[in-house]
Amino acid sequence: MNPSTFAYERAETLDDAIALLAEHGDSAKLLAGGHSLLPIMKLRLAEPELLIDIGRISELQGIRDDGAEIAIGALTTHQAIADDPMLRERVPLLADTASRVGDRQVRNRGTIGGALAHADAAADYPAAILALEASIVAKGPQGERRIPAGEFFLDFLTTALQPDEILTEVRIAAPPQGHGWSYQKLANQASGYALVGVGVLVVLDNGVCSDIRIGITGAAPVAWRARAVESALRGRTLDANAVNSAAAAAIDGVELLDDLHGSAEYRRRVTQGLTRRAILQAAERAAGTQ
Amino acid sequence: MRVPIALHVNGVERQAEVEPRTLLVQYLREDLALTGAHIGCETSQCGACTVLMDGQPVKSCTILAAQADGASITTIEGLAPIGTLHPVQQAFWDEHGVQCGFCTPGMVLSTVALLAGAADPSDETIRHGLEGNICRCTGYHNIVLSVKAAARAAAAGAEAQPVVDRNAALAR
Ligand SMILES: Cc1cc2nc3c(=O)[nH]c(=O)nc-3n(C[C@H](O)[C@H](O)[C@H](O)COP(=O)(O)OP(=O)(O)OC[C@H]3O[C@@H](n4cnc5c(N)ncnc54)[C@H](O)[C@@H]3O)c2cc1C
Ligand code: FES
Ligand code: FES
Repeated sequence: MNPSTFAYERAETLDDAIALLAEHGDSAKLLAGGHSLLPIMKLRLAEPELLIDIGRISELQGIRDDGAEIAIGALTTHQAIADDPMLRERVPLLADTASRVGDRQVRNRGTIGGALAHADAAADYPAAILALEASIVAKGPQGERRIPAGEFFLDFLTTALQPDEILTEVRIAAPPQGHGWSYQKLANQASGYALVGVGVLVVLDNGVCSDIRIGITGAAPVAWRARAVESALRGRTLDANAVNSAAAAAIDGVELLDDLHGSAEYRRRVTQGLTRRAILQAAERAAGTQ
Repeated sequence: MRVPIALHVNGVERQAEVEPRTLLVQYLREDLALTGAHIGCETSQCGACTVLMDGQPVKSCTILAAQADGASITTIEGLAPIGTLHPVQQAFWDEHGVQCGFCTPGMVLSTVALLAGAADPSDETIRHGLEGNICRCTGYHNIVLSVKAAARAAAAGAEAQPVVDRNAALAR
């Protein structure tokens, strides 16, 4: 099964890619790992006339730690993130999330930039990206801008990226040493995608929760921060009772998906349950380091 | 439009001009007659089309041949010299990790990459590492045994061995 016919251009530099995209507009699509785009092109859900292959642009590769922030190039594969020793130590929530995406072959080809730009409702990264308060850097003919994670995911398959912009890197201020973290995922058994995924970061100060951030993906058309749960737990000890009652608010104000993969009621229960589990595991990890 | 590509396949340098929408698996099967890369689902799910690209397992139905330009590809045909079995192939044979065999080329190539990163993998590491390869027959049990046998063989320094000709052996 092939996609319908298209022309193919390989961009050698970021500026090349931006120029090609500006020239061809809506009739073109960027190609990174191809692990979301090629399947939907085979199904004729996308029929671009031109694919601009950005897969070899060196400016979009690699992971750098510049002291204040860690920058992850858009073309970094899920497997490279999962295996990176520095990320595993300083941003374990992201490395663990990457190790849970799809399967080994998918992780070898799929990129963080492609996954974020595609913004599948069932994608894994949004939970961690929201909890880490990462920034997404985009570049277009107008220049470069930073988009805070909280303003990036807009709707089903829709982000704040403009059609003429390229996602260049993800920037993360590493959470403080000794923080606790957890990514809890209920995978769809057929596809491997997240039916629900909950990413949590916890900072403890003498056993009391001084900071907690919770990102949830998969259960709704767009990932969200569980702010009501966060504020209920900030300043508290994270014992099972406090966490159990706070986690119920994980779905407050969210319209849950209701489809063949799971009813809204099922997703409500799973989201609350995984939120509880993720907070308790993150708290345990944070306590273990104190 | 045609795209010029040059790549190494099983150690042989290949050059071609392909239509942009040509999938790597089609190029391997239809242009190079390397039909060991199987097509199961064509929708990126089953892993039957798995090949090694620069040593890493990938699903060749979800890569354009044009994206593989410059890469080094190993298919099941290139794993060991003709007439011999790679130790991982031998282990799948010995442990009966094969029933219909449709998934086997992909399973074997994924196992080669898995063992390159984990010399003595646990059951969990094996099952997680082979998640991208679906088998409709074996129930995976003997596949896990095969991977463990292959790990032991690798630790003992096994090399590719000639295939035993069973018919000739039986006739003797
Ligand atoms: C079998 C299978 C299982 C999967 N399971 C999971 C899973 O469990 N969890 C999960 O999260 N994902 C899963 N995925 C999706 C996978 O993570 C993809 O790799 C990812 O969604 C897309 O990344 P890519 O590099 O392949 O992007 P591509 O497919 O190349 O591109 C995707 C889209 O993003 C655009 N794009 C790509 N890069 C950029 C950029 N730098 N700037 C702007 N736009 C860009 C493209 O134009 C396209 O519209 C799965 C995929 C498959 C095939
Ligand atoms: S044929 Fe490629 S994954 Fe099934
Ligand atoms: S042996 Fe038949 S699919 Fe695996």
